[in-house]
Amino acid sequence: MDLFEHQAKELFAEYGVPVPTGKVAHTPQEARAIAAELIAAGSSKVVVKAQVKAGGRGKAGGVKLADSAEEAEALAAQILGMDIKGHTVHKVLVEQGSAIAQEYYFSFLLDRANRTFLSICSVEGGMEIEDVPHESLGMIQISPLDGVDLAKARELAVSGRLPEAALDGAAELIERLWSVFVDEDATLVEVNPLILTADGKIVALDGKVTLDDNASFRQEGHEALEDKASADPLEAKAKAKNLNYVKLDGSVGIIGNGAGLVMSTLDVVAYAGEGLNGGQRPANFLDIGGGASAEVMANGLEIVLGDPDVRSVFVNVFGGITSCDAVANGIVSAYALLADRGETVDRPLVVRLDGNNAELGRKILADAALPGVEQVETMDDAAARAAQLAAAGA
Amino acid sequence: MAIWLTENSKVIVQGMTGSEGSKHTARMLRAGTDVVGGVNARKAGTSVDFDGTRLPVFSTVADAMAQTGADVSVVFVPPKFTKDAVVEAIDAGIGLCVVITEGVPVRDSAVFWAYASDKGNLTRIIGPNCPGIASPGKSDAGIIPADITTPGRIGLVSKSGTLTYQMMYELRDIGFSTAVGIGGDPIIGTTYIDALQAFQDDPETDAIVMIGEIGGDAEERAAAYIEEHITKPVVGYVAGFTAPEGKTMGHAGAIVSGSSGTAQAKKGALEKVGVRVGKTPSETARLMREILTPAPTTS
Repeated sequence: MDLFEHQAKELFAEYGVPVPTGKVAHTPQEARAIAAELIAAGSSKVVVKAQVKAGGRGKAGGVKLADSAEEAEALAAQILGMDIKGHTVHKVLVEQGSAIAQEYYFSFLLDRANRTFLSICSVEGGMEIEDVPHESLGMIQISPLDGVDLAKARELAVSGRLPEAALDGAAELIERLWSVFVDEDATLVEVNPLILTADGKIVALDGKVTLDDNASFRQEGHEALEDKASADPLEAKAKAKNLNYVKLDGSVGIIGNGAGLVMSTLDVVAYAGEGLNGGQRPANFLDIGGGASAEVMANGLEIVLGDPDVRSVFVNVFGGITSCDAVANGIVSAYALLADRGETVDRPLVVRLDGNNAELGRKILADAALPGVEQVETMDDAAARAAQLAAAGA
Repeated sequence: MAIWLTENSKVIVQGMTGSEGSKHTARMLRAGTDVVGGVNARKAGTSVDFDGTRLPVFSTVADAMAQTGADVSVVFVPPKFTKDAVVEAIDAGIGLCVVITEGVPVRDSAVFWAYASDKGNLTRIIGPNCPGIASPGKSDAGIIPADITTPGRIGLVSKSGTLTYQMMYELRDIGFSTAVGIGGDPIIGTTYIDALQAFQDDPETDAIVMIGEIGGDAEERAAAYIEEHITKPVVGYVAGFTAPEGKTMGHAGAIVSGSSGTAQAKKGALEKVGVRVGKTPSETARLMREILTPAPTTS
C-alpha cells in the first residue's frame, strides 16, 4: 500500500523525523484557515500541495507557493479537482514554506536482486531520481540483521557526498527513517528532497512510503491508512470477500486460478481480442486460488458481473491440486447459490477446464447444461471465443 | 539424477498437523515422497496417521533430523511463524528448506535469507510463497501435483504455480527431470540463476523451460546468465503484458513500477540471448516440443 505524502509525513513525525508543520485541507476554505494559522505562527510563505499517489505533481501544477491565506485559498481551489496522471486531487497539504539552502535525495528500499535492503543517498535531490547521474548516487546494502545505527547512518549520508554541514543532521534523520522502515514494515521510504535549510537544519520536505500488505497481521494501525474513499467500488467489494481482484478497462471478465495463470489469461484474451469490434480487452484480474469452492466461484462471478462493461466472462481453470470435477461441481453449485441470492448470470460464460480429471469435469458441466455456458477445450481457443462473444455483445 | 530433490531425499514437514500441512503431507506420500515426520513443539511425541503411514511428530527440526536422517524440510506454518520456522531449519543445518507459506512479510524473508547467508548458505531455501519442487517419479516436496506429468528430461523453473502445472501437463508425454517453483515474492531464496545453473550441471536434464512474470528484474538477470553459462536449450514464457502500472497482480512481487518490471522488457532480454519465448503457454510448450522432437527430415 502506497501512502499519501501527508500520511508519510505524519508517520515520519511520530518517529521524530523533522517535517514542515502543516495540515490537510479538503476545501479551499479549510486551506485558507490552515494557511492563516501557519502565517500567524510566523511562516512568511505557505505551500499548497496536491495529495495524489503519483509522481510529477510539481510539473503538473499541483504544488504552489502562497504569500497569504487568501492566495492559499485561491490556489487550493485551482488544485482541488485537478487530474494528475489519472488521479483526481481530493485533498491538499498546506504547510509552512521552507528556506531551502540545498536539496538532497535519500531512500531505503528493497534490493530484490541481492535479497536485502538498500539505501540510496545523493547530494543531488529534488528531481526525479531516474534523472540523477548514476555516479552521484551512494548505494549501500544493509543487512536486516545489522540494521542502521547513528554511525551507519552517517556512513550512508557520506556515501551520497552530503556536505560536512549537513552530516550530523542527516545522520540523525536517517537513523530515525530506518526505524520507520523497519518498525512499520515498509518496502520503500523515500525523502526527495531532503533539505538543508538556510538556518542549517535537515528536514524531510517530501515523503513517499510503501507499506508491506503481508505485514498487516502485526501492523494494526495500517488499516486506518487505507484510502477507502477512492478505491474502486468493485475492488473494495472483492477485498471484503477476500478475493484477489483488480479492475481493468476491458469487456471480457476473467476468472482463473493462480496469479500467473490469470496474468497469462489476460494477455491471451488481449491478443485474441485485437481488432474485434474496436478491440476487446480483459475487464479484470481475478485469482480465485486453488480451492475453487462453490462459494468462492459464486462470489467471483458476482463481482465480475457487477462490472457493467463486462460482456462475456472467461473462466479459465487448470486442475492441479484441485481436480476439474471439483471445479465443475463448484461452478454448478455457484449458479444455484447465485440464484438463491436473486442474481442471474445474464452474460455468456466460456469455461476452459484442463488438467486433473478434465474429462469428468467437462462432462459434469455439459450435463448440467447451465444457461449461457459453453466449454472450449484449450486456453487459446477459449480466449478467442470469449473475446468474440464480448465483441458481439457490444 | 534430478536437481536438489531425489528418490533418496528424506522429507519432514514443519506445520504437518495444520490443515494445509496435513492435506499436502498425505498428497506427498501418495506421490512417492519419503516423508519421515513432522515438527510441532506442542505436539512432540505424538504421531499422525496418513492412510496407514504413521508419521512421528518431533519438537524441533534438529531432533527430527537426528532421529530420521531427514535432509529436506517443507514449511506450511502460518506467515506469523514462518521466519522462526525457517531460522530453526537453518540452525539445524538442513540441506533444503522449501517454504510454501503465502503472505510472509518481506522483512521476514530478508531476515531469514541474511541469516542463511551468515551461516554460509548451507541450507538452500526455496520460496516463500511457492509451490515447491518436484522430481516426478522420485519425490515431491510442496504442493506441485506431480502426478499430472511423467519423469523425463525437461527442467522447469517458474515464479508461477498454476503455469508450472499447465506446462508439466502439456509436456507430460516428454516428461520432466525436476520442476522448481521459486515463487512470486519480492525476496526469495532460490533464484532462476540457481536453478539454471543446477539444470545445466544435471546430466539428466536436456532442456529448460523458464516461466517469468512482471516485477523486478530477475528474468533480465537470468537472461544475462544464460548468455554466459547455459549451453542447453532454454524456452521461455512471460506473463503480464496487459498488467497496468502500479497494480499488484496476485503475487506480492508482481508489479510494474514506472517503466521497470515490464513483461516486454523481460521478453526482450530473453530473446536477445537466443531464448525462444512463447506468446502463450501452449505456444511455449510447442516450442519445447520442437526442440526435443526434431521434425523428421523429408527427402
